[in-house]
Amino acid sequence: MGNEENQFKLAEGTNIYKVVGTRPVRPDGIEKVTGRANFGADMSLPGMLTGRIVRSPHAHAKIISINTDKALALPGVKAVVTSADFPEIGPKQRGAGEAPVSFRDLSRNVMARDKALYDGHAVAAVAATTAAIADQAAALIEIEYEVLPHVLIAAEAMKPDAPVLHDDMFTKGLDPKPDIPSNVSQRFQFGLGDTDAGFREADVVVEYDFTTQCVHQGYIEPHACVVETTEDGMATVWASSQGQFMVRNYSATLCGMDISKVRVLPAEIGGGFGGKTTVYLEPVAIMLSRKSGKPVKLVMNREDVFRATGPTSGGHAHAKIGAKKDGTIVAGELTMEYEAGAFAGSPVQFGCMTGFAPYDIPNVKAVGYDVVVNRPKVAAYRAPGAPVAAFAVESALDELAKKLAMDPLELREKNAATEGTQAAYGPKFQRIGYLETLEAAKNHPHWSAPLGPNQGRGIASGFWFNIGGESSAAMHVNEDGTVEVVTANPDIGGSRASMAIMAAEVLGIDVSRVKPLIADTASSAYSMLTGGSRVTFAVGKAVCEAADHVIEELRARAAKLWDVDVEAVEWRDGAAVNTKSDAGETLTLAQIANSAGKTGGPISGAANINAEGAGPGFGTHICDVEVDPETGHTSVIRYTAIQDVGTAIHPSYVEGQLQGGAVQGIGWALNEEYVYGEDGCLQNGGFLDYRIPVASDLPMIDTVLVEVPNPGHRFGVRGVGEVPIIPPLAAVANAVAAAAGVRVTDLPISPPRLLAAIDGAK
Amino acid sequence: MAKHHVTTTVNGDPVEFLCSTEDTLLDVLRNTLNLTGSKEGCSTGDCGACSVTVDGRLMCSCLMLGIEAEGHDIGTIEGVADGDKLHPLQKHFLEEAALQCGICTPGFIVAAKALLERNPDPSETEMRYWLAGNLCRCTGYDKIITAVTNAAAELREK
Repeated sequence: MGNEENQFKLAEGTNIYKVVGTRPVRPDGIEKVTGRANFGADMSLPGMLTGRIVRSPHAHAKIISINTDKALALPGVKAVVTSADFPEIGPKQRGAGEAPVSFRDLSRNVMARDKALYDGHAVAAVAATTAAIADQAAALIEIEYEVLPHVLIAAEAMKPDAPVLHDDMFTKGLDPKPDIPSNVSQRFQFGLGDTDAGFREADVVVEYDFTTQCVHQGYIEPHACVVETTEDGMATVWASSQGQFMVRNYSATLCGMDISKVRVLPAEIGGGFGGKTTVYLEPVAIMLSRKSGKPVKLVMNREDVFRATGPTSGGHAHAKIGAKKDGTIVAGELTMEYEAGAFAGSPVQFGCMTGFAPYDIPNVKAVGYDVVVNRPKVAAYRAPGAPVAAFAVESALDELAKKLAMDPLELREKNAATEGTQAAYGPKFQRIGYLETLEAAKNHPHWSAPLGPNQGRGIASGFWFNIGGESSAAMHVNEDGTVEVVTANPDIGGSRASMAIMAAEVLGIDVSRVKPLIADTASSAYSMLTGGSRVTFAVGKAVCEAADHVIEELRARAAKLWDVDVEAVEWRDGAAVNTKSDAGETLTLAQIANSAGKTGGPISGAANINAEGAGPGFGTHICDVEVDPETGHTSVIRYTAIQDVGTAIHPSYVEGQLQGGAVQGIGWALNEEYVYGEDGCLQNGGFLDYRIPVASDLPMIDTVLVEVPNPGHRFGVRGVGEVPIIPPLAAVANAVAAAAGVRVTDLPISPPRLLAAIDGAK
Repeated sequence: MAKHHVTTTVNGDPVEFLCSTEDTLLDVLRNTLNLTGSKEGCSTGDCGACSVTVDGRLMCSCLMLGIEAEGHDIGTIEGVADGDKLHPLQKHFLEEAALQCGICTPGFIVAAKALLERNPDPSETEMRYWLAGNLCRCTGYDKIITAVTNAAAELREK
């Protein structure tokens, strides 16, 4: 372990850092255990109205007319909006900055224009003095629909006679360009070498088809916002989201406003997992507030969240892998179709890029189709696209190991990508820690523990890119030597603690002297949203650089006080040291801060960067299950998540990412799925019927933090949040295959499905 | 329709409020009494984010009407700490990093407190079944179980 170019942790059990790697209580902890923390729905303003969204009861329907007269006539109703209130956005129209979204689609998702494209699609909205009146008014809005045939499954949506959702959608990525519209928005292809030649060299080939269902991020906090607009055309938005600048840009663009007219104040966010990287309510609340002249609060209920916010794609994957007798993989192919929901943009290309990424394979071909269907438009969900691809590849690898009579862990070890491996999706890997996770798995007591009857063990791995991106940080030194660290990324899982730790480490002060703050859009430079496992890496980099600037300034102030050249002043352990003095004269940060008035005024530093060098992450999970052959019920009885986490800044929150991601993956594997009726309407839009894992479903989730530092960060940070949801689908499926003796290729592995597979194998 | 006048006790203090018939106790707590520590995650009693105690018994406040609070003793997350002294559960949730986003945390602490008041030494299985009505999507429950275990041990020593 370790990296010559960087000063990192030297060996197991030693920590060369003073603060990095420790586990202080998070700075925002007290508010969150006492109920004081303000989340999206906790904000209120005097005179505030309550808004309600009217949603389509049809999966696919032309909107013939909307009559709002009766609703508007109800006493207490202050505004009604429909798509007619929003500017029509053209296909090429862009927002400010580099948001990778189609604003036309976003606009039509926020408020249906000509057609409702899924059950739950917003069609109109009202604002009234009370919730009861708003509910009554919503029911009085008369919408005439012409119901159209709908399609929910990618395979059906791709058929020539399928109902077409968008008559201007011509599949991109095909040669020649198609001249008739279809539901396939784009075909993606990634590859390396020649898979046909590769398979000819193979001694053993496995080939399987897999399907997975649409699943929801399942954050416990429904989307919520409060908006106040004023006569000068300003809108102030309090919202729970993964990025206040994202909300500003998207809302302003959809409402036809300059971004300078929208100020977004970030509420605490009650979970997102990618699902709060877009807007649903904020532009509607802005319009309702504008029309009524009053503040408006819009909060979704749980059914709205399931029906109308971003689940992630269900999909189909065909995986084919060929290997030599000795286990060397010579070729891999993956063909996938992902359901994007009502608008283009499934994460199928990420599936194509990640599926084979953990392995050094000379011939790879991955083809993906992004398919629109009459379901809610998908949003990002933790490592978007990767879990489905990994489910296919890692399940197929398990069967390949069986055919080769090889240990599945050894098969992975033999083919593992390492530093210098050419990834099929493009880059050559720098220092990565995949092999180290396999080694840790092999050495873990879990891997060799005995199993009982009806029990089985599975192993699977996963890869995620991790990202950097535009990030800002500012740091103010208070008069008493405490330090405020101002960043602009919502803290979704303890990132304030990470920012404080990194700032304290660089400055050489106690972490309790650092106060992190998350600023609104008017109080900070731009920062990309919280997502892609980028905050601790990229925003952390900005924090470290801001601290460098503060130290430069502190040295200059000390030099002034000592009347020496700044070069003569070194910064050690939170204090300036005068190297010209024989006694090693020092001034602490607090002393310099205290006399700042005499040396030039307040002390601060800022760094605005576009962070590069995000280190890819790899994880390997071991899962034990017990299957009840009478009922088909699967219990996870032991689970170990192992991951190369770079350097763990606050190990408890890193472990928490691994545990939470693993459990979301277990839910995906065993329980969770969107269930639709014949009418195309969602039938399980609640936590009773869409069952996420509960405490009694699970064992403790053991974690192993493998620390292979990322050369792209001074402390070796890698993003850690995405990877842990990737391995569990196949780890669980492989364990079930071992326990039950049957391979289930369709998720979720629900009791009836497993029972049918067990009975079918008899 | 005329509102109902309700006299009750919240976190030990006498409280009066007016509510409509259809207002849930959660609506009253959050919107009338400004006690927003209880969260609405589902409004169907499935997530436990709105957990309160009614005469010491654990309840989803979204499943109870405000008028049903008449004459009862309601306990919410805002009443768990003793002045500026955190309850051991709150302390151990922080020390164990048993929260990530924190939206489910008030409900878990209220539910765990109700458990430890009736069973000071629960097994892991007892904890997991008692807390099965509280959903957490961030942590995988591991650190929550550890925090409750540690808090129970501290409370038993007292």
